[in-house]
Amino acid sequence: MDFRLSDEQQQLRDTLARFVQKDYAFEKRKAILKSKDGWSREAWKQLAEMGLTALGLPEAHGGLPGNAVDTMVVMEVFGRGLVVEPYVATVVLGAELVGKAGSDAQQAAILPKVAAGEHLLALAHDEAGGRYELEHVATGAKKQGDHYLLNGAKTVVLHGAQADTLVVSARTSGAARDAKGISLFLVERKAAGVSVRDNPTHDGQRAAEVAFKNARGELLGKEGQGHALLEHAQARGIAALCAEAVGNMAALIEITLAYVKTRKQFGVPIGSFQALQHRMADMVMFVEQARSMAYLVAAKADATDAAERRRVVSAAKTFVGQAARFVGQQAVQLHGGIGVTDEANVSHYFKRLTLINATFGDADHHLGRFSDALLEPVEPAARKSAAA
Amino acid sequence: MDFEFTPDEKRFRDEVRAFVKGHLPKDVSEKVVHGKRLEKEDYLRWHRALHQQGWIGHTWAKEYGGTGWNAVQQYIFEEECADAGAPQTMPFGLRMVAPVIMKFGNQAQKDYFLPRILSGEDWWCQGYSEPGSGSDLASLKTKAEKQGDKYVVNGQKTWTTLAQHADWIFCLVRTASDVRAQEGISFLLIDMKAKGVTVRPIIMLDMEHEVNEVWFDNVEVPVANLVGEENKGWTYAKYLLGHERTGNAGVGFCKRWLKQLKSFAAAQPASGGQALLEDSRFRDKVAQVEIDLMALEITNLRVIADQSKGPGPEASLLKVKGSEIQQTLTELMMQALGVHSLPWQPAALDYDYSGEVAGPEFGPPLTGDYFNFRKASIYAGSNEIQRNIISKMMLGL
Repeated sequence: MDFRLSDEQQQLRDTLARFVQKDYAFEKRKAILKSKDGWSREAWKQLAEMGLTALGLPEAHGGLPGNAVDTMVVMEVFGRGLVVEPYVATVVLGAELVGKAGSDAQQAAILPKVAAGEHLLALAHDEAGGRYELEHVATGAKKQGDHYLLNGAKTVVLHGAQADTLVVSARTSGAARDAKGISLFLVERKAAGVSVRDNPTHDGQRAAEVAFKNARGELLGKEGQGHALLEHAQARGIAALCAEAVGNMAALIEITLAYVKTRKQFGVPIGSFQALQHRMADMVMFVEQARSMAYLVAAKADATDAAERRRVVSAAKTFVGQAARFVGQQAVQLHGGIGVTDEANVSHYFKRLTLINATFGDADHHLGRFSDALLEPVEPAARKSAAA
Repeated sequence: MDFEFTPDEKRFRDEVRAFVKGHLPKDVSEKVVHGKRLEKEDYLRWHRALHQQGWIGHTWAKEYGGTGWNAVQQYIFEEECADAGAPQTMPFGLRMVAPVIMKFGNQAQKDYFLPRILSGEDWWCQGYSEPGSGSDLASLKTKAEKQGDKYVVNGQKTWTTLAQHADWIFCLVRTASDVRAQEGISFLLIDMKAKGVTVRPIIMLDMEHEVNEVWFDNVEVPVANLVGEENKGWTYAKYLLGHERTGNAGVGFCKRWLKQLKSFAAAQPASGGQALLEDSRFRDKVAQVEIDLMALEITNLRVIADQSKGPGPEASLLKVKGSEIQQTLTELMMQALGVHSLPWQPAALDYDYSGEVAGPEFGPPLTGDYFNFRKASIYAGSNEIQRNIISKMMLGL
């Protein structure tokens, strides 16, 4: 057992932290938020130069070796700096799926450009009415010659309007809630029949509403095998968001601690009040344990035992979501009035933490998944005798 | 980053598991698992088995007759013992007074006391709290007056766990009163058989006898039983409090309880003819405590894996969260009983009880356990004191 980061990981973290501190400061970030696209080509280029857009991609297609723990290191720094670049959409989800499922030709066409920082991806999966169920896919795909025609609508596609290529889940067989019959497709965002409406999110990211009307799609992987790929990609995505949340929370604790040490009321720093001290102690305990869960889910995101992976993913997302809620709310509370303004960075961290919880299944959803899995080992005989 | 135990650690786990399986007396583990009353001799039988194997000093250095195991090995050992239903080895001698004697005691004290702690010949108890000194421990009043080559001790200790079994008590006593409270305290070893020592049971809310009052009425203690220097006892006490890094969270015990909770809930009927575990309103609480326990376990492992660091305030986190989880588990086990949480059936806690039980066989200890474990957030530094420590030591508030 060893919870230390490797020398390379520490170096990656330190280099990235310097970049975020220097080139992604709060005011600069605000300007990026206000820009038309909501992300910074300049920052993205620098991330590419650091090798981040190649991290974990197949080496044959311009990638660099990297696993979910490396992604964790990156995402924690992004969390500290509230980075809004389309990293999860492009690298963690999009490139991961293309690298896992794509043919050699598909990989060769897309991944070198992603690695070079010249091409963005997004995963178009969620649909209205699906809540957080991964199986819910009503968008249909019909084979036509060497390609498919897609029809349907996707909602809240993270950085969908910024992506060059969309990875789209669509149904090639089965009913809307079947795990079987889901396939993945590559769709060019500018292709005919694709309409994209960009929306800002409350935390300064972007998420698009995407509709397909006889849009041309190229099959990614084998027909009907999309669900397992999506589940694994989501595990990677959840691991990344857990790490980002830990970065958010660690920064929030530092900011809040500095505030309660300097803010004076009744002639003394408010940090001298025990009610506030205990609240901060609770925040610290939450963050330390959330960090443990972020480590765990990063280590298990690629586990071959799917049931164990699901268990860890849901446990981590539940715990981190609950920690995010508590730490975010209490950081705002301890700041008092300034905490509920746009001017203070506290509110930005709070908003990001809140929306991380709501992404890829919230704490309640994953608690339910974890909880339902508890029934699996129950022997029918034991149930029968209990009911008797 | 690697979450796997090394091949050596896995081999070590197998070795421990095999030993525990072969040497833990069956009736003792059944008492532990089924929540039956443990006698002094039950603890001692397991203690002696471990002593014979050379493992009783599992946190001790080799030079004192311990195993010399590292923190990870200690953790694996504790987890295996807990999983098998071994009673906890008594901490008062092995993990409380012994480290203080090793660090601050003289050679004669080491030579006399340490082997007797290992062999189980001496049962120790802890004389810290007093009726007027709980969280504010340094305000303690039990007085030791030096008269020639002895101290004369007068006063009262309380909440003394299993003092009814003890041969010795380590006490914090006041030896100077004209200085700051912390500077007038000494660390004294007192023979429980000495004239003037009286033990009075305190019956707890579960109606069981676990803790006691210990009274000292002109008890004569040889000066040779002073550990370290006079008036330095507070330093030693703080060393002791910081010494315990692992085991604080009780993860191993909680994992066993969680398994039991699930099996109880799978066997208990609930509305609509389903098992209680099938009721999502209950099952979600089980899921939540399991997730909380996972987070605590990894945090505990992170603390012990980082052996370069000395004892730190992380121990407070482990204590707070560990006690909360213990309390949740005992509460859910009680809740699983439904109406059968009501009957108080103390006779059913005897190992050889063969009479009727109202409710399921596993039921009788559970409500008492719930009541009993309210102690966990109070003892060993209340959870509020632990939060004070975190805010002071980790945050500088």
